[in-house]
Amino acid sequence: MLLTVDLALIIEKLALIVVVVMSSLVVAMYTTFAERKVAAVLQDRSGPNRAGPFGLLQPLADGLKLFFKEEIIPNFSSKFLFILGPSLAMLTAMMTGAVIPWGDKVHFFGRDISLQIADINIGILYVFGVVSMGVYGIMIGSWASNNKYSLMGGLRAASQIISYELAMGIALIALLMVTGTLSLKTMVNQQLDSYWNVVKQPLGFFIFLICVFAECNRTPFDLPEAENELIGGYHTEYSSMKLGFYLFAEYINMFISSAVMASLFFGGYDIPLVNDAALLEKVGTNWMAAIHAGMLFVKIAFFLFLFMWVRWTLPRFRYDQLMRLGWKILIPLALFNMLLTGALILVKQNGWSF
Amino acid sequence: MSVTQLLFWFLSFLAIGGALMVVISRNPVHSILFLIITFFAISGHYILLNAQFLAIVNIIVYAGAIMVLFLFVVMLMNLNADTEPPHKSKYLLYGGTIAGASLMLVLVAAIKQSSGTIEFKTGNIGLINTLGKTLFTDYVFPFEISSVLFLSAMIGAVVISKKEA
Repeated sequence: MLLTVDLALIIEKLALIVVVVMSSLVVAMYTTFAERKVAAVLQDRSGPNRAGPFGLLQPLADGLKLFFKEEIIPNFSSKFLFILGPSLAMLTAMMTGAVIPWGDKVHFFGRDISLQIADINIGILYVFGVVSMGVYGIMIGSWASNNKYSLMGGLRAASQIISYELAMGIALIALLMVTGTLSLKTMVNQQLDSYWNVVKQPLGFFIFLICVFAECNRTPFDLPEAENELIGGYHTEYSSMKLGFYLFAEYINMFISSAVMASLFFGGYDIPLVNDAALLEKVGTNWMAAIHAGMLFVKIAFFLFLFMWVRWTLPRFRYDQLMRLGWKILIPLALFNMLLTGALILVKQNGWSF
Repeated sequence: MSVTQLLFWFLSFLAIGGALMVVISRNPVHSILFLIITFFAISGHYILLNAQFLAIVNIIVYAGAIMVLFLFVVMLMNLNADTEPPHKSKYLLYGGTIAGASLMLVLVAAIKQSSGTIEFKTGNIGLINTLGKTLFTDYVFPFEISSVLFLSAMIGAVVISKKEA
């Protein structure tokens, strides 16, 4: 029957979804601020420091500015698709957070609430599915703008994302061979009191990291918005908050992909060098969940910093170099890694010695 | 009506409506977008049958990769509603009707043959563990043969693109 659904379950999931969405928005907001501060430090400037103490209100000021800008929809564009583009980009960016385990569980009102919105059988493949949907936001927006430069930017973005998805998938297959599961929660639990997966898959992690940079359209792979060749790239015709959605989606993508990398390779919410089970006895479930979530955020912050550090250090690739790196270096390397992992697993399972 | 039934009807209407719109809409880009909606509805059906792996692969491969390539071609050739020929040939109409009717016949026959019960939300035949085991034990020969087919298709694509350069 329609009414036999567990109401408490729906409420707890809804609360979790609201918390995850709000925190990814807030984190993305302050990542824009952090990016400008990091850029300033690397370039020996002081960065934004006017709005509020240390410039902490700068993201709010930026958001307000975007809201108050004039909204322009080009005459020759198809209006529905023009609005659909940034909405899709934002939607797909938000959806990936659903399968990430933000902590183990909390105990409230006599219920154990898992800090993961959905622990589904296909786990990491869900992330891949949603990421591959992310291309449409860019492509539809760029086509709907009815502008050659936008279209070129959109095509570049799409071919780049598709190309790097391959190497990313193959690098992931090697990891899946080691862990034997697709569920992110199980993977994190395997790493809790053991070695992190990065120890077992160093090459796989390196390939995955490069591909994540390319998937997020970050420097040195930010060809889709190469302003010296393409004016503004796929969002040339966009203004006001619709432009804001595109820019914001990039930062949310960075946040979520940092969380995915931390969960896959760096133990997720695991606290390094601490026996988690013993600590759980001492502090109780709820405090443990808080510490775990905090630890995950420390790892995420590190990856976000890495994104910025690379952006302000390395120059941009040329487009043919980008494609050569993706198809001729990363994919063979990932295939080699997969074969090597398979061979090592075989040796270990059969107990062969040389 | 249970939630599953409601979802089933919703997804079915979405799939059939989307498929109709693919054919009806005059703008090729809109057609592709409707086809993507249809793929999503079909993936929803897979999830109702507890075939999560099939559902996500359907989305990754068809909606995520192949349709992007379709969009590429349509966008690069700048196909619009105005580039569509206003009246298509009469024979195309006859051919389409005959082909559609034949497909309908096959479908009706297939539905008549089926047992008539569908496992909803249970059964593990579409889960990745079961599927992997089946593919690599019972069906390992067809599986390997199809991989040879894929390899030859890949080589063919490379050869064709080399010729133009």
